[in-house]
Amino acid sequence: MKFTLSWLKEHLETNASLDEIVETMVAVGLEVEEVENPEERLSAFTIGEVLSAEPHPDADKLQVCKVATRDGEMQIVCGAPNARAGIKVAYAPVGAYVPGIDVTLSKAKIRGVESHGMMCSVRELELGDDHDGIIEAPVSAKVGEPVAKVMGANDPVIDFEVTPNRPDTNGVDGVARDLAAAGIGKFISPEPKPVKGAFPSPQNVVLDFPAGAENACPVFAGRYVRGVKNGPSPKWLQDRLRAIGLRPISALVDITNYMSYDRARPLHVFDADKLKGVIRARLGKEGEKFLALDGKEYVIDETMTVIADDNGVLGLGGVMGGEDTGCTEETKNVFIECAYFDPLRTAKTGRKTGINSDARYRFERGVDPDFILPGMEMATQLVIDMCGGEPSEVVLAGEIPQTDKTVLFPPSEVKRLTGLDVPPEACEQILSALGFTVRKSDPWQVDVPSWRPDIEGKADLVEEIARITGFDKLPAAPLPMLKAVETPKLTAGQERRRMARRALAGRGLLEAVTWSFLDQKHAELFLSESEIKAKGLILANPIASDLGVMRSSLLPNLIAALQRNADRGREDLALFEVAPIYGGDQPEDHANAAGGARLSDPQRHWQGAAPKADAFTVKADAIAALEAAGAPVASLQTSADAPDYFHPGRSGVLRLGPKALAHFGEIHPRVLKAMDVDGPVQGFEVFLDLIPEPKKKPAKTRPALDASELLPLSRDFAFVVDDAVAAEALLKAVRGAEKKLIADVSLFDVYQGKGVPEGKKSLAIEVVLQPREKTLTDEEIEAISARIVAQVEKATGGTLRGLDPGA
Amino acid sequence: MSDIENLERDLLAKITAAETGAALEDVRVAALGKKGVVSERMKTLGKMSPEERKEMGPALNGLKSRIADAIEAKKTELEEAALNARLASEKIDVTLPIRPEPKGKIHPVSQVTEEIIAIFSAMGFDVAEGPDIEDDFHNFTALNFPPDHPAREMHDTFFFEPKEDGSRMLLRTHTSPVQIRTMMSQKPPIRIIIPGRTFRCDSDQTHTPMFHQVEGLVIDKETHMGHLKGTLEAFVKTFFEISDVKTRFRPHFFPFTEPSAEMDVQYERVGNEVRFGQGDKWMEILGCGMVHPNVLRNCGLDPDEYQGFAWGMGVDRLAMLKYGIPDLRDFFAADARWLEHYGFDAADQPSLWAGLSK
Repeated sequence: MKFTLSWLKEHLETNASLDEIVETMVAVGLEVEEVENPEERLSAFTIGEVLSAEPHPDADKLQVCKVATRDGEMQIVCGAPNARAGIKVAYAPVGAYVPGIDVTLSKAKIRGVESHGMMCSVRELELGDDHDGIIEAPVSAKVGEPVAKVMGANDPVIDFEVTPNRPDTNGVDGVARDLAAAGIGKFISPEPKPVKGAFPSPQNVVLDFPAGAENACPVFAGRYVRGVKNGPSPKWLQDRLRAIGLRPISALVDITNYMSYDRARPLHVFDADKLKGVIRARLGKEGEKFLALDGKEYVIDETMTVIADDNGVLGLGGVMGGEDTGCTEETKNVFIECAYFDPLRTAKTGRKTGINSDARYRFERGVDPDFILPGMEMATQLVIDMCGGEPSEVVLAGEIPQTDKTVLFPPSEVKRLTGLDVPPEACEQILSALGFTVRKSDPWQVDVPSWRPDIEGKADLVEEIARITGFDKLPAAPLPMLKAVETPKLTAGQERRRMARRALAGRGLLEAVTWSFLDQKHAELFLSESEIKAKGLILANPIASDLGVMRSSLLPNLIAALQRNADRGREDLALFEVAPIYGGDQPEDHANAAGGARLSDPQRHWQGAAPKADAFTVKADAIAALEAAGAPVASLQTSADAPDYFHPGRSGVLRLGPKALAHFGEIHPRVLKAMDVDGPVQGFEVFLDLIPEPKKKPAKTRPALDASELLPLSRDFAFVVDDAVAAEALLKAVRGAEKKLIADVSLFDVYQGKGVPEGKKSLAIEVVLQPREKTLTDEEIEAISARIVAQVEKATGGTLRGLDPGA
Repeated sequence: MSDIENLERDLLAKITAAETGAALEDVRVAALGKKGVVSERMKTLGKMSPEERKEMGPALNGLKSRIADAIEAKKTELEEAALNARLASEKIDVTLPIRPEPKGKIHPVSQVTEEIIAIFSAMGFDVAEGPDIEDDFHNFTALNFPPDHPAREMHDTFFFEPKEDGSRMLLRTHTSPVQIRTMMSQKPPIRIIIPGRTFRCDSDQTHTPMFHQVEGLVIDKETHMGHLKGTLEAFVKTFFEISDVKTRFRPHFFPFTEPSAEMDVQYERVGNEVRFGQGDKWMEILGCGMVHPNVLRNCGLDPDEYQGFAWGMGVDRLAMLKYGIPDLRDFFAADARWLEHYGFDAADQPSLWAGLSK
């Protein structure tokens, strides 16, 4: 919402400076976005007087002028036909920036004649469109005076944001009321004087709404004015409209715009001679069409409020008038509409049609119902003043909606909610200045003015008093401490995510944050199309077609990111993300995961390149994340049944009992191909929410350290097992052979080839025995070895390949 | 006696001449071994007369001990020489480069979220959270957005396909639904912050369809707007790590707070840097206010008994301002160069006692 300073001053008698006014607006909640002062913009330009104008010796259309200026007498070469001795002009000195032609002037020689500066046209100074010649300022103007002042372009324009709760500040008088309440001036808003109607309106109006939809347009006031003469509106009005970015059209149209901005009261003026029959405010009908003032045709439906006559739709109520019945230079008789349109229906119609008009903006936020009749009087007076003519009596269809609202208000609420100490008298004064009526019963009864639909209860009045008093007066108080020392603030889930994140970064992966949504084509590689649909993961209005589905896995976005980086030459990269994934469209389907992806191309190095990442690298990533997140990793089991977006032979699942806590492995080559990714890519995903909560212990005491005095000893075994036997099964069997004395089992070789039968493999392990009370005898060691061999054979069918003495 | 002296001279010469440990060992065996010359001479002591023994005993013992010492000294000398020779041959070029190790980083969104948590946890706030996919009630209705109100339109909501009953789920446009979930499930006093992902159907240089917010909520029987001001002023100073930051509270409108305000922070732009605590410009940092009575009522709380404040702020934007990150869109592009440049070390856990940031 824009207005000029002089316009404001019609509603606010004040000595406050522009800066004070702007500061006060911000302080009361009218957020000023921009202040444009044309005087500053045009400060380089001053009045000059042409002393003489002689023809240029070498150019027919140019004149060489001597000009009296602030800087002394200047010689200026000018091409304007109206340049002549005696006129007062807009002088631009060398060095001035001329906005209309985007040029900074320098001393020039024009066809061999020196020219010092320029005399400007209206368009060159962006004061209007006129470019027929240079500005001829009034003769009374003095040499050296600012052009902006002489030309009336010294009116600063203030632009501020109207919050949805304050429809009254869509009018300059609403702004003035707030500023007056804040104490920087006196509010002036003369009640429009009734204009006596000379005859009954020949144009009738009816409201024609079905039951239940009466509130679409509860009241419609109309007035006929005959014998008007439309033409350009007066200069003061044109200047104002232009200053706030509106194009003056004609007096009748300019009046409606003026009312919209001066009093937040949109109106419409019909050319009465183009109307046929009674005007009806009604709901639209299927199939109706309407040519609006913006020159576009709109399709009407039965949810919209229309103004219609016997020929059809004349306007969309509260949104936009029609092209066919608008006023022109030839208009002789007019019919003024001043109505109330339901905010919700107006907003819906506006959204459906996409029309953003000043009228829609105001009606959908709510106009003042009590200003319908005064608004009509004011508009009538303006029409008569500018276009002449004779007004009819007002025709009124429907009833003015009731806005009477009284809030029970104990003034102590101000202190309770804000901590501000505002004396009751000051509260009363503020409320009265804002147009509330205060009756000081206990509690106070405060009547809400008709232009404040936002005021519902006590808290709203507290805000009024607080904002006018000033939020800078709020006492800044710390919150009292609840406990002597604060306890942990994170939930178990948050703590898991924090730890997993830091553990993965500690392993050298970069944390990424990627969209929660992704391309459906990518999503379908990780969850079938039918499941995506069944789980309701598709957005109805995605911002882009490739961001249309909520992700069921962290992997696709990370894999796509790897390729984007590879395209920039980064082919050795590990990314991870700790973030939500979505199992469906219900709040409880929100799950937290840690996932990562690695593209591996280790740099060459004089000591030999680092090993390439493989399925075991990401298995380690997954285990590290699980361990950091508090999972009992020693109890994890690995199975080879990862989802089908992994390589079927090079991927696995980490399980705790039946629960799959993580997937890891090489991503399926088919998935990578579909995503245009050059693999191989290794990936993992950890489902952090599935980790069981650790048992609460009564104390933080750790178990006593079990460090034996006796030297541990180790024995190596090599077992020949079937190819299909899982190493984990063999290791488990070994550990189970002697729980007390076996301290560690490690697998140091996997061998297939010469010496091992086809379809078999050799697994070599080192077993560390930790004697407890006494050193072990050879017989005891032999017995343990025999048990190990027997256990392995029982569990895996494996046989001993050779028993070597320990290293 | 002279033969002892001769023997000693002879042995010492052999010791000196030994060039290797093995040669020295041969000398030792030949002198001090079971059948060595010195040992043989020692054996003769038993057959001597007491007078002879009295003379020869100390002389032979002295010889034995001097020879042993000489051998030990020579042994040390040879070992030293061998070690020096080995060390001389073991020289490496220590200027050779180490094998590069990948350095992981924490994303600025995670780091800044933890910085915010560190500050508010010291003020007694718990960390709550809620789902990204919400229903209309929690995201709008309960927060006092009237149906079809223009304020809803300003939220550019992402919707899911409508269900058979006409209802449709949405992506939360702010973290405020968690206020509702908390107030409906937990009795006051409530003091929480709510970090999380938020979504709006908007995309340009300063807007992305997904971004991060931290919401705050305090509900009890006495917290007023002065506490709001005190809390958020303290936050800004602590977060930007500048003791002298000027703030300004401006009345504003939010459907879920009354009175409502926006907080501005005074700043100056120096080159590409935003400097707080100096200059004369104001930058909007967050929206806040006293929880609207209708919101309290919608959560089953009596607004005449309970009161409190709430605020919401953009994590990504705070990260941009504090660390001078120019473009919001880069946050979500997963460009390794950006992540390495703006990311934080894994060990750099923000805390108030060690400093929020390095």
